[in-house]
Amino acid sequence: MSSGGIRAAFRGRLGRFALDAAFDAPATGVTGLFGPSGCGKTTILRCVAGLTRLDEGYCAVNGEVWQDGRRFRPAHRRAIGYVFQEASLFPHLSVRRNLLYGAPGGVPPAAGTGVIGFDEVVALLGLARLLDRAPQHLSGGERQRVAVGRALLSQPKLLLMDEPLSALDRQTKEEILPFLERLHASLSLPILYVSHDMAEVERLADHLVLMEAGRVRTSGPLNALQSDPTLPLATSRDASVSLEAVVADYDPAYGLVALEVGGARFIVPSAPGARGEKRRVRIAAGDVSLTREAGGSSTILNILPVRIESASRLGDNEILAVLKLGPDAAGARLLARVTRKSWERLGLTQDMDVFAQVKSVALAPSSSVSSRFE
Amino acid sequence: MEQLPADVWLAIRLTMELAAITTVLLIVVGTPVAWWLARSKAWWKEGVAAVVALPLVLPPTVLGFYLLISLGPDGPGGALAGLWGARTMAFTFEGLVIGSVLFSMPFVVQPIRNAFEAMGNRPLEVAATLRASPRRAFWTVAVPLARPGFLTAAVLGFAHTVGEFGVVLMIGGNIPGETKVLSVAIYDYVETSRWREANILAAGMVVFAFTVILAMMLIEKRSRRAGE
Repeated sequence: MSSGGIRAAFRGRLGRFALDAAFDAPATGVTGLFGPSGCGKTTILRCVAGLTRLDEGYCAVNGEVWQDGRRFRPAHRRAIGYVFQEASLFPHLSVRRNLLYGAPGGVPPAAGTGVIGFDEVVALLGLARLLDRAPQHLSGGERQRVAVGRALLSQPKLLLMDEPLSALDRQTKEEILPFLERLHASLSLPILYVSHDMAEVERLADHLVLMEAGRVRTSGPLNALQSDPTLPLATSRDASVSLEAVVADYDPAYGLVALEVGGARFIVPSAPGARGEKRRVRIAAGDVSLTREAGGSSTILNILPVRIESASRLGDNEILAVLKLGPDAAGARLLARVTRKSWERLGLTQDMDVFAQVKSVALAPSSSVSSRFE
Repeated sequence: MEQLPADVWLAIRLTMELAAITTVLLIVVGTPVAWWLARSKAWWKEGVAAVVALPLVLPPTVLGFYLLISLGPDGPGGALAGLWGARTMAFTFEGLVIGSVLFSMPFVVQPIRNAFEAMGNRPLEVAATLRASPRRAFWTVAVPLARPGFLTAAVLGFAHTVGEFGVVLMIGGNIPGETKVLSVAIYDYVETSRWREANILAAGMVVFAFTVILAMMLIEKRSRRAGE
């Protein structure tokens, strides 16, 4: 991590708020900065961007030091793209001129090695019909898509997104999320994504930084944090795990896709998928039940051998079990929430090999895109 | 209009010239002041704002009196005039320009400052994250967004210069073609009982003032509609 990736540490006071946070993030993929409102996520993002300056700070991106004890590189000299909570388009410029404001030389960049092309961004974000409009005449979702495109066209080495969906209504959110998933799938650009909404993080993030009251509680790969029973993510009512899956097969007769996930195979109803295509699945703890025998007929398609890695009490009457997939328990982790009564009736304990019945697997829409970036 | 005496036309032309030059200088000088007042976090900036706003409250004769002293042969204005071989800047067109700029400053600084403040930090932050230097952000974002403020400032600065009287009388006197502007001319015509000319000029000023205020209100209405 000394040369690649993002390394950030900031300490200081802003008014009555004290921040003391340090984390590393990988050089590719989406890193979610997650925590309740007011825990300092946005402040960290602003510090990385150079919009806020805390005297005690360190920030390096891909080996380039942007801030340390002596140096402070101003925001306009940092190779970032920043998407604010509100789109903040320039009202006096058309969509096209907004998009090109940060493009080198102000001309539409042609796609090339390491260059994010104008036409690609327009296609990726569905902006073709909007180019000659004024920002005032766009819907909230359209504005935010333009803001994302504008940030991308400034050819950033790091994309910073500050709750880009939180100002939008539910329906608009659902309309934009697929665009962001496509972005994630087609760009190798590292993204720092601030959010207080776990549903967004589950769909977008690969890596997670958990924030609490101005401090970093922990950070790590998304799946590892989701399945850590000592963290609030796993013990919350809507706890779930996200897994990266690869399409292994498709059964057109029943409209079912087979997905390979870290040592196990899931059968999920889905639109046709090409073999090798990447999908992200989400499995809620409440949708996983446990049984000691795999036999017997059931409407549940996914009954998989797992090992109980650990178990902890959830309140008085529930048990949260962390399960490892795969015959040798070397695969990905799942969570199961079961009643204490069933747990005791089946005599389940730690390290036991059992079967997980997965009632439902949420599948993100296909993230394959025709235009891909290097 | 043909039958208006030449000295009336001279006064009108002089007034327009003075107002035009003053307005240009006001925008040039007032913009950085307004920018600083809108953006600075210095604790003493409201003190500066109050100094800029003084002409709003002071009787023009007070401002004129101090200007007369400082523009005169013993003041810094006199020293400045020495550069081109003159003895004083009082009772000259240049002196009048300086006086007008100071006198109308609050009418220009205030609307521009308000426009910069209303715009907030965000557009400039966005520009910075898009690699725009502070200079580029100022010219391509701040100035276009503050355009209604600049329009209001220009109209007010121009109109207020056309209407000034007390300061002109103190430092400009009444020299035709040099310092005899409209407001002084009207006073002069009344003194010498030339009621017809006084009447025409006074009525003209009423029409002018009405037009200016109406224009201002329309600008404001339009910018409010565009800003939503």
